[in-house]
Amino acid sequence: MGGKLFRNFSFFSATLSFFILVGIFAILFHYAQESLHEFGFDFLWNQQWEAGEDDEGGIFGGYIPIIGTLSSTVIAMAIAIPLAMGIAIFLTEIASVKVAKPVSVAIELLAAIPSIIYGMWGLFYFAPIVQATFGGNGVGLLTAGIVLAIMIIPFMAAITRDSMNTTPSVLKESAYAMGATKFEVIKDVIMPYSKGGIIGSIILALGRALGETMAVAFLIGSVMHTVGKVTDPTTSIPVLLANNFVEAEDLEMSSMYFLALILFVVSFIIISTAKFYFLGKKVK
Amino acid sequence: MNRLLLNKIILLLSTLSALIGISFLFWILATLSYKGITSIQWITFTKDLVEGGIRNLLVGQFTMALLATLVAVPVGMMAGIYLREYGHGSKLAAVIRNLSDVMMSAPSIVIGVFVFALLVDPFNGYNGWAGVVALSIMMIPIIISTTDNMLALVPQELREAGMALGGSKHKIILQIVVRAAKVGITTGVLLSFARIIGETAPLLFTSANNQFFTMDLTEQFPSLTVSIYNLATYPDEASRQLAWAASFILTTIVLIINLFGRFIIRNKK
Repeated sequence: MGGKLFRNFSFFSATLSFFILVGIFAILFHYAQESLHEFGFDFLWNQQWEAGEDDEGGIFGGYIPIIGTLSSTVIAMAIAIPLAMGIAIFLTEIASVKVAKPVSVAIELLAAIPSIIYGMWGLFYFAPIVQATFGGNGVGLLTAGIVLAIMIIPFMAAITRDSMNTTPSVLKESAYAMGATKFEVIKDVIMPYSKGGIIGSIILALGRALGETMAVAFLIGSVMHTVGKVTDPTTSIPVLLANNFVEAEDLEMSSMYFLALILFVVSFIIISTAKFYFLGKKVK
Repeated sequence: MNRLLLNKIILLLSTLSALIGISFLFWILATLSYKGITSIQWITFTKDLVEGGIRNLLVGQFTMALLATLVAVPVGMMAGIYLREYGHGSKLAAVIRNLSDVMMSAPSIVIGVFVFALLVDPFNGYNGWAGVVALSIMMIPIIISTTDNMLALVPQELREAGMALGGSKHKIILQIVVRAAKVGITTGVLLSFARIIGETAPLLFTSANNQFFTMDLTEQFPSLTVSIYNLATYPDEASRQLAWAASFILTTIVLIINLFGRFIIRNKK
C-alpha cells in the first residue's frame, strides 16, 4: 500500500521535469504569438526596436540582441577554450597531486562564485583595464566577452579534467615507453580518448555563455545599437529581458517573449547536442 | 620544430593558463574582500535596505532559497529514485534523465520569464512565492542528477541483501539505498543550495525586491542579489558601498557552504 504510493509519487516527480520543460515552451510560444504573427521570421533580421505612438504597434526586430548574444559568446569561447584546455592539461598531466588538489578546489570555487559578483567586479575593476588597453568607454561587447570567458573557464576546465582523467594509464604508459613526449601523449592519446567529453564540455559552456544574464548585464552596455567596433556597447537577449521585460507592453512584450523563446530553443538544441552526441548516455 | 621544444612550450603554456585561472580567483576575492570589509558597518546587519542595511535582504534571500529547497529536495530526490530504482533501464527513464539534464542548463532568465507569465502577470504582481517557484525550478534538476548519480554508486549487493531479508521495494530504497547514499546526496543539496542562493536572473521579475522587512510571500519580497544589481548601478557612493558589502557577504556564504559540502564528502572517504 505504502509502496504503491511511494512509487507513484516518485513517478510523478520524475515526469515533472518533462512537464516543466513543455510548459516553458508552451507559455513562451503562446505569449510570443502576437509578435510571431506580426513579424514572422523577419524578426531575426530586423534591426529596429521602436515602440509605436501611445504604445500602439511599433516595429520590433531581434537582430541586435541576437547578434550581441552570439558575438559575446564567440569572444568568450575564443578566450576560454585554450585557457580551459591548458588548465585541464596542467591538472591531469603536469601538476603533482599535492599541487593539483588545491588548484582543482580553487578552480571549482571560482565556478561557484555567483555571476552577479563577476558582473560587478568586471564593471569596477576590469572595464577600466579594457578601456585603457583597447579604448572605447569601458563597457561594451569586448569587456562582456572577456568576463564571460573568465566565468566559464572553471566550468569547462573541470569537465575537461574529469574526462581527461578517464584515459587509462596503460595507454599513456605505452606511449611514454615508445619515447613520446608529454605533449605527444596529450595530443595523440589523451585528446583522442577523451574527445567526446572535451567537445561536450565546450558545448555545455557555450550554452551557459549564451544564457548568462547578470555578468553580461553589468558589462555589455545595454543599448540597442549595432556594433561597429568590438569595444562598442550593445545588448544581448538575456540583458534586454533583464532590463526591459517588465516595462514592455503589448507587441513589445510579445517580442520579448519571442526573444526568450529563441534563446530557450537555441540552448535546448545546444545542450541536447552536447548530451546526446558527445557526453554519451551515462547509464550505468 | 624540435619536438622536445614544442613539448616544453605547450607544458609551459598549460602551467601559465592554470596560473592565470588562479590569479583571477585571487584578484576577484581580494578586491571583493577589500571593498566588502571596508564597507561593512554594524548597521549593515541590523538595518533594512530602506535605512542603509541588508538585514531584510539576507532574511528574504534565505527564506526564498530555503523554501525552494523544501520543495526541490523531496521532488528531486523522488524523481532521482524513480530514475535509478524503478525506471532504471527503461526508455522513459532515459528520456526523463536527459530532459532533466537539459533543464539544468536552461537559461535562468528564461525561467524567470516563464514564472512571470505563470505567477506574476495573472495575479497582483511580484510576489515571494513566484521567486520560490523560480528557484525550485532551477534546483530540482540538480537534485535529480545528484540523487541519480549517488544511488548509482550504491552496490547492487546491498539491494539484494535487503531483498533476501524480505524487505519490500520502498523499504529497501528508503532504509538501505538512500541511507547508503546519504552523504553524497547531502553534499549535492548543499552545493545546489549554494548555487540558488546566489541567483539573480530568476528573481528579477518574480519576487523583484522590497526595501522593507517582510515575511509575507504574497508581496514583493526582499532579495539580496536583486538589490546588489540595483545598488551597484546607482551613482552615489553609499549605495555602491552597500553593494560591495552585500556582494562580499553573499560570496562568503556561497563559498563556505561549498567548502562545507566538499568537506563532509571528503571526510566520508
